[in-house]
Amino acid sequence: MTDTSLHRSLPNRLDNPFRSAVLSWESLLVLVALGIFILNSFASPYFLNAWSLSDLTFNFTEKALIALAMALLIISGEIDLSVAAIIALASTMMGLALQYGADTPVLVMVGIGVGIACGAFNGFLVTGLKLPSIVVTIGTMSLFRGIAFIVLGDQSFKGYPKSFAWLGQGYVYWVISFELVLFLLCAVIYWVLLHRTNFGRRIFAIGNNDVAARFSGVRVDRIKFILFCLTGLMSGLAAVLLTARLGSTRPSIAEGFELEAITMVVLGGVSILGGAGSILGVVLAAVIVGLVTFGLGLLNVPGIVMTIFTGSLLIVVIALPILFRMWRQRA
Amino acid sequence: MTSGTPTSMTDPILTLRGISKSFPGVRALNDVSLELYAGEVTALIGENGAGKSTLVKVMTGIYQPDAGEIRVAGQVVSLPTAHSASAAGITAIHQETVLFDELTVAENIYLGHAPTNRLGLIDWRKMRTEAQATLDSMAADIDAGIKLKELGIAKKHLVAVARALSIDAQVVIMDEPTAALSQKEIEELYVLIDLLKQDGKAILFISHKFDEIYRIADRFTVFRDGEQVGKGFIRDTSQSQVVQMMVGRSVDHIFPARNAAIGDVVLEAKGLSHPTEFDDVSFAVRKGEILGFYGLVGAGRSEVMQAVFGLTQTSGGTLTLEGRAIAPKSPADAVEAGIVYVPEERGKQGVITGEPIFKNVSLPSLGKTSKSGFLRLAEEFALARTYTERLDLRASSLSQDVSTLSGGNQQKVVIAKWLATLPKVIILDEPTKGIDIGSKAAVHEFMGELVAQGLSVIMVSSELPEVLGMSDRIVVMREGRVIDTLENTDLKPEVLVRLAAGIAEEQAA
Repeated sequence: MTDTSLHRSLPNRLDNPFRSAVLSWESLLVLVALGIFILNSFASPYFLNAWSLSDLTFNFTEKALIALAMALLIISGEIDLSVAAIIALASTMMGLALQYGADTPVLVMVGIGVGIACGAFNGFLVTGLKLPSIVVTIGTMSLFRGIAFIVLGDQSFKGYPKSFAWLGQGYVYWVISFELVLFLLCAVIYWVLLHRTNFGRRIFAIGNNDVAARFSGVRVDRIKFILFCLTGLMSGLAAVLLTARLGSTRPSIAEGFELEAITMVVLGGVSILGGAGSILGVVLAAVIVGLVTFGLGLLNVPGIVMTIFTGSLLIVVIALPILFRMWRQRA
Repeated sequence: MTSGTPTSMTDPILTLRGISKSFPGVRALNDVSLELYAGEVTALIGENGAGKSTLVKVMTGIYQPDAGEIRVAGQVVSLPTAHSASAAGITAIHQETVLFDELTVAENIYLGHAPTNRLGLIDWRKMRTEAQATLDSMAADIDAGIKLKELGIAKKHLVAVARALSIDAQVVIMDEPTAALSQKEIEELYVLIDLLKQDGKAILFISHKFDEIYRIADRFTVFRDGEQVGKGFIRDTSQSQVVQMMVGRSVDHIFPARNAAIGDVVLEAKGLSHPTEFDDVSFAVRKGEILGFYGLVGAGRSEVMQAVFGLTQTSGGTLTLEGRAIAPKSPADAVEAGIVYVPEERGKQGVITGEPIFKNVSLPSLGKTSKSGFLRLAEEFALARTYTERLDLRASSLSQDVSTLSGGNQQKVVIAKWLATLPKVIILDEPTKGIDIGSKAAVHEFMGELVAQGLSVIMVSSELPEVLGMSDRIVVMREGRVIDTLENTDLKPEVLVRLAAGIAEEQAA
């Protein structure tokens, strides 16, 4: 064949893992988070306080739970815009169950069950009927919330039991809330799922080229369906926590959550085109969004300004990773 | 132009001189020349991959030649864009017409050069009446006001011709225009080509069908491996002479000797059918055998293989693997059964660009490299190293992005990926299309090793030397049907070409 002196064993990798970690998007997010943390502590004397910091976590935990599953979905090249509407429907169904005398375990099961059912419906429309997910979930966004409005009108459900309220308001230890513990636990599970299992590897393959993934024997539709169900499940879980924290259900509950969850995913370095991203980045992005909104709250910035901020952040973070990658390729 | 007979010594309208065009690893065109004359049809003949499409793209401003010159009516022109080609009077009618379904027929005809009124706005009324006049002059029964999507493919061709007339094109390129037409529609197209000839247009007609070429062409040019190997007047040349020019090449590289012991039937297809693509296809491949599939593009070979691989569903027929009936509903099912497929579209369907070599190789084998669903990177690297080194992959590391590899090395990654699954049958669809000579030889040599180890190989190829050099037996397909299955002993290339193109024996002899 060819000159045998050319024949050498191929190394696993050439680039230094330490260097690529330092230059990564995640380390930039850590710097940004530290910066905002320092700014906040100068901006308000009430910020550096264990209870303030604990309150801060409530600003992002529910949305961040959705962002974990959304990250997987976006990496696979799909998206779910109906997550906030799923919360509304799940919360409404929990309210209905409450009217029939359901106690806490049943309420939780109803919330999560409705979430999974909604996700499965999205997943069926996308993988079974081959419809684009952005169109499907814009449709189901109106559909799910519309059902909540029909059931509730301008009413609201109240009177959730105390043990149920603990899920959204309770503390596991000192200032460490149940919501935060649950989020950290889920973050670890999703990290393992995405970065350490065959399932996660196939998600990346699908996101980079779903045709070639299918040609390589990956069951693309099955995996996408599971991801929609997971996103529904996390939305149902978020519905349980949010309903428990607020103590009531209104049809307008969780409005705008989908944009904040997607902002966290994209700010976390997940490519909006699919195929790239990490759970660590999404967790850091969730903390940053929490820090920023809490900081603005301390400065008494009104809510409407915050939505302007979220919108701008979404645009900036879609542009930033692209600029960052261009810069890194030159470096 | 009344004296526009084929023997007239008028100057050509379009002249190409010394055109060369290379892509990384492939020389698509090498110093080719072509003249097109007013009022004449020149047939461009060649096997798949001979460089015909590349030449059309050079002539229509889509590719820029590396060397050579293009003259229109004696003037040297450069064609940096598709628009400049159209401005130079060159237009192309493609196999699948490139027109706009949602626009009206008139808009399609006048897109980019619509008549305008004094305000510079489109004069719709004038556009409509002139479009209708052009269509009527062609005796085309088409209303210029309806949307294009309401027309069938044949009528769309007529619209494309009307467009050529309306931009006053001097050179009309027809790239397999009859591929999707019925016999009656083909007759109508012939009438139209006569009309274009009378109008003094120079026509370049690309076709695989000899009956068509002999019916309407005045001159011909034969391409082989990116070079011009013959030209002349069609009436002075027999079909067998043309076939000889197409295939009569020197053997450009040595194929490995076939000495694998051939055993029992491994995969057998009986009467496989598909609603539109193929009908009643039967074949069997044995252990240690390379079964070649030869035919023209569109003969249905890839479609059959994709059905065997579970990508499309058949409407009838049975598949048997080692005596057991199988019915793969997805590629995942086929891979589990032991059938793998190396697709023709390497970049789109073969490799996952953006991912490193080792992840590409391990993807279908994750079940083996992992432990209870959890990744084990060391196992993945070991697997990838074993199979890529067997194929002599040229890369800097296993973490290199496959998009940075050459076509030949990407193909090695795809093959390595499948070998790692320890398949029983490996289907290779145009395995060496567009890859460099060195990688080609490596792939061929490796196919020999595969069958020596007892695998069964099905190779779809449109390259005659490859089919003849590698196959133990050859299945010839035409128009979705198996025409013949031949033992590859002292087989003449002319026989395959005749069977694939449907030329009768006595006519060609």
